[in-house]
Amino acid sequence: MSLLELRKLNKHFGGLHVTNAVDLTLEAGEIHCLIGPNGAGKSTLFRLILGEHHPGSGDVLFAGENITALKSFARIRRGLSVKFQVPGVFKGLSVRQNLEIALQSRHRGRELEAEIDRLLVFLGLESEQAQSAGNLSHGQKQWLEIGMAISLKPSLLLLDEPTAGMSPEETHLTGEMVQRLNAGGMTVLAIEHDMAFVRQVAQRVTVLHLGQVFAQGSIDEIVADERVAAIYLGQAHA
Amino acid sequence: MSGLVSFFRRLEGPQTVGRGPAFWSLFAVVMMIALAYPLFSDGYTVGNTVYFFVWVFIALSLCLIWGYGGSLSFGQTAFFGIAGYGYGILTLNFGSAYGFTLVALVAAVAIAAFFAALLGYFMFFGRIAGVFLGIVTLAVTLMLERFMAQTAGPEWHIGSARLNGFNGMSAMPPLTIPWPGEPIVLFADVGLYYFVLGLLVFVYLALRILMNSSFGNVIVAIRENPERAEMLGYDVRKYQLITFVIGAALAGISGVLYTAWGQYITPSSMGMTAAALPLIWVAVGGRSDLTSTVVGTLVVLAAFQALTIYGSQYALVFMGVLLVLTVLIAPNGLVLGTMNWLGRLAARLSQRAG
Ligand SMILES: Nc1ncnc2c1ncn2[C@@H]1O[C@H](COP(=O)(O)OP(=O)(O)OP(=O)(O)O)[C@@H](O)[C@H]1O
Ligand SMILES: [Mg+2]
Repeated sequence: MSLLELRKLNKHFGGLHVTNAVDLTLEAGEIHCLIGPNGAGKSTLFRLILGEHHPGSGDVLFAGENITALKSFARIRRGLSVKFQVPGVFKGLSVRQNLEIALQSRHRGRELEAEIDRLLVFLGLESEQAQSAGNLSHGQKQWLEIGMAISLKPSLLLLDEPTAGMSPEETHLTGEMVQRLNAGGMTVLAIEHDMAFVRQVAQRVTVLHLGQVFAQGSIDEIVADERVAAIYLGQAHA
Repeated sequence: MSGLVSFFRRLEGPQTVGRGPAFWSLFAVVMMIALAYPLFSDGYTVGNTVYFFVWVFIALSLCLIWGYGGSLSFGQTAFFGIAGYGYGILTLNFGSAYGFTLVALVAAVAIAAFFAALLGYFMFFGRIAGVFLGIVTLAVTLMLERFMAQTAGPEWHIGSARLNGFNGMSAMPPLTIPWPGEPIVLFADVGLYYFVLGLLVFVYLALRILMNSSFGNVIVAIRENPERAEMLGYDVRKYQLITFVIGAALAGISGVLYTAWGQYITPSSMGMTAAALPLIWVAVGGRSDLTSTVVGTLVVLAAFQALTIYGSQYALVFMGVLLVLTVLIAPNGLVLGTMNWLGRLAARLSQRAG
């Protein structure tokens, strides 16, 4: 059964048609990358999936249930989780407390502390745990938010540009982490501009352009597609 | 013993300044002084101290909603007034026998909380936030003030309690504790002092536990980033509403105690000046910390009163200057800034020693 199904999702911002009848199906267990030029509507599509925006028309189905009318928190509780494009950590709180807030609905007491410690090690943020999250580097904030997102043990993880601001080594590590999570049964949908990352993890790729699904296939098919190259080149010329 | 340790642990956490044996020893000393103080003072001064204590509850309400929750409510005085009038209306009708004043206290606070639940539902579920929340709450308190101010005529009464318009209600009974033989009437001196002190300590400790619990974590998370909090699966509106209702109940406690203390309540207790003052106490003390709020409120109130002797215009100017200084020197509050500085100093000293 498909885990996520988007049916003819339309969203307008005033006169701008940001997503245009987007159909997208995600199979349980896959790593799917969403690429496309700036302004293609990728982040907006995430917000439609999460219920932060509501589509003008179309449906969002998750695990067979139509969740189009559900509030965001209710969708999260059904097994969705997200790392936003702009890291949304709790800046004024310590790194440790950030993770505690993400983990506390699943764990209590000693078990909670142990779980936080484990995650801090996993993220490589042990020595930063007492710092305010606002003082972290951009890359560290990305890691922290990924950590918060995976704390919820989601069945579908949405990552909006997870490697922005990371070095190639860090990007590769992030890719390995995504693959590890996926091996544990997590389905992943990642928006990414870094093609090395896409090549590393993607099992299927969808290209979004001007709010429409432009192409879909394996990474090799997408790279070989001249039309895809053209829209990226077109952007490079612009 | 381990029960005691775990109790203290629940009182401490990242949301409250002050922890460990040093802090709690100081707390014990302050408590001892507070308990012994009426023995070394006269009834009038003690009554005046109670008056200061009474305001701490509304300050804590703002600390909770604004400092921790990040929603600036300008209208906590609305709940203060509702509960104050509620206490007056109930006790003027039903008297003080059989411990009814205590029932009236609880009922009046519950009415204020119920009103806050209605208003809060409309605001938070209608996604009113930021400056609009301040405007709506201010409008509510000013509306209530205007409304009560025009209830001078004899047609404005509830049961046998006349509302009396601008002059307000008076002559309601003080809080009275039923006692075999002679009921204990808590007049505005030693009796009320111990009652209010006990309530204050209870509320302070309960709020410390609440704010350092997982509930408190979610409240500060919403202050920092409501979108992220929602995306961790928390129903942000529900948490905001609960916080708002608890805050309203605290403001209501102030209202009842104030009414019982002076045996009067007027519409101006919900007016502009009354609404603005708690904001200043809390901002000057340190809105994001319970202890700073309590200490700041008491210090500012005492200073304000001391200056009023020389004329209330100086006192108001002083408040303005204090607020400006706070914003410039310690935007998170003067008391909180000082406590954090002391904490860092102590840490540095112990590091050097160790
Ligand atoms: N809340 C909004 N109101 C109005 N327009 C918006 C809003 N959010 C996004 N847009 C517009 O919608 C278009 C798509 O934005 P979106 O953020 O989805 O693009 P994207 O594909 O994620 O781009 P990028 O790769 O730069 O992150 C852009 O033109 C953007 O300006
Ligand atoms: Mg984007």
